[in-house]
Amino acid sequence: MSVPTGFRRLVPGNRRTIRFSIDGQPVQALAGDSVLTALRINMAPARTSEFGDGSRAGFCLMGACQDCWVTLKDGRRLRACETPVEDGMDIITSLPSETQWPGA
Amino acid sequence: MARRVVIVGAGPAGIRAAEALVQAGLRPVVIDREVKSGGQIYRRPAEGLDRPAEHLYGGDAAKARALHATFDTLGTSIDYRPRTEVFGITENLLHMHDGDRLYDLHFDDLILATGATDRIAPIPGWTQPGVYTLGGAQIALKAQGCAIGHRVAFVGSGPLLTLVAAQYAAAGAEVAAVLDTSSFAALRRGLPLMAARPGLLLRGLKLRASLRRHDIPYVTGVRDIRIEGDGTRVTGLRWTVKGKTRHLDCDGVGMGWHLRSETQLAQLAGCAFGWDPVGRQNAPDIDDMGRSSCPHVYLAGDSTRILGADGAETAGYLAAAACLEDMERPAPFPVARLLRRMQLMRRFARGIAMAFPYPDDICTDLPDEALLCRCEAITAGDYRATIAKAHAIEPNRAKSLSRVGMGRCQGRYCGAVAARILAVNGGLPLEQQPGLRPQAPVRPMPMRLLRDNAEETAG
Repeated sequence: MSVPTGFRRLVPGNRRTIRFSIDGQPVQALAGDSVLTALRINMAPARTSEFGDGSRAGFCLMGACQDCWVTLKDGRRLRACETPVEDGMDIITSLPSETQWPGA
Repeated sequence: MARRVVIVGAGPAGIRAAEALVQAGLRPVVIDREVKSGGQIYRRPAEGLDRPAEHLYGGDAAKARALHATFDTLGTSIDYRPRTEVFGITENLLHMHDGDRLYDLHFDDLILATGATDRIAPIPGWTQPGVYTLGGAQIALKAQGCAIGHRVAFVGSGPLLTLVAAQYAAAGAEVAAVLDTSSFAALRRGLPLMAARPGLLLRGLKLRASLRRHDIPYVTGVRDIRIEGDGTRVTGLRWTVKGKTRHLDCDGVGMGWHLRSETQLAQLAGCAFGWDPVGRQNAPDIDDMGRSSCPHVYLAGDSTRILGADGAETAGYLAAAACLEDMERPAPFPVARLLRRMQLMRRFARGIAMAFPYPDDICTDLPDEALLCRCEAITAGDYRATIAKAHAIEPNRAKSLSRVGMGRCQGRYCGAVAARILAVNGGLPLEQQPGLRPQAPVRPMPMRLLRDNAEETAG
């Protein structure tokens, strides 16, 4: 993508770099970033709508709209806006196929 | 044994209620969904993001500092449970979890201070990445030090519209424009009532002036708003004003029409609700002190009526005073002055409602192909067709058959809109419609909690 989009960081602060991955691609964020901030800084969405209308990247940022649930490779699901990003997180933004659902 | 008083929420209302109860010699339980106290409005920044209070809270810095200091002083004189969520209520039991443990907590008295979320009117394109609520745009800035886009436009109406745009501009974000669906004439009609709080009114006008200083256009009376994009990103915004179509490029949109109360827990507790003509939404019946229709259940702050952070602090004190009064214990402060303050707050809120009305027509004119429910991607057309087919006249039947309001957000973002569409499609008039019935859990929670906690423990 040539034109930058997603969150723009205005106040970096003095923070440690966090290394994680989005759909297998290694990326970086800063300690204290929520998972959603970490995704949006890297121009990624949070999830793919199960109803075929494209990607979503949250909406309310306060845990109310339920539109930023992300899936981790280990099967955990979490609200991206209220979970701090951690080193080594493996985030999947695409829709898991039926056989990929955790426990399936 | 002392009565167990439980406060749900640690924003301005919950913190002031806790402070008052501690002053009266009680040790309340304070349950906070968040990691740190302060609520949404006085949300504290992430670790390592040390921004001075003035940058974070602007003109409210002193209030934010005072509230945080009060909370920090309470220390172990309250039983504080952060990162803990009440997801249901049955009689005198709160059903809760902290992410790992699922448990019930008995209460003798309950103060609900669950706050508010943004009130939304849907705009075609509003589910695309890059579109956030005004409250969300503010949280991105305050808690994360980020703008929601590289070039942001703000759409909606209400005090938050000007405030967030001004905060973005002051923080160095690029703000393309502010589009207000209200009119200058409406603003003028609201001014006399808004003068009930001259300091706040003056601050609003100064914020508006700061937008002019940053050369940010503030356009009133906008309609036919559309968010453009390719489904993965926002590319622009289109609207009409005075019959002319306008356009701008942006990759972020903040939208909101003032706030709506978070009432699910009060509904599950069995509190009676009725139509509030000021907020133009269903609201719990409360007396001047915050007593609900249920004995021993008290409601405070924006979860009852939208009066803002100052009103929430006052309401928090009052709800605690009511709770103490009903235990036949004296309030630790005189309440008459607080009751007079609340009258001013309510007067101001009436002015805000006149100046920045919720645009019913934007809801009822929503094009058939536009998404009404973002949880399950249901279009306005599908909702209209279901209402007609099922002869639904009230929102719960319409919800059962259309699934609008049944998704993961439980109608938080589509409820007000669906009610208005229903009202003009053969349904009951707005003021006669019951609210959507909430269900536990009031927010989704992991199934593993049920599995891991098969033996429920009483807390």
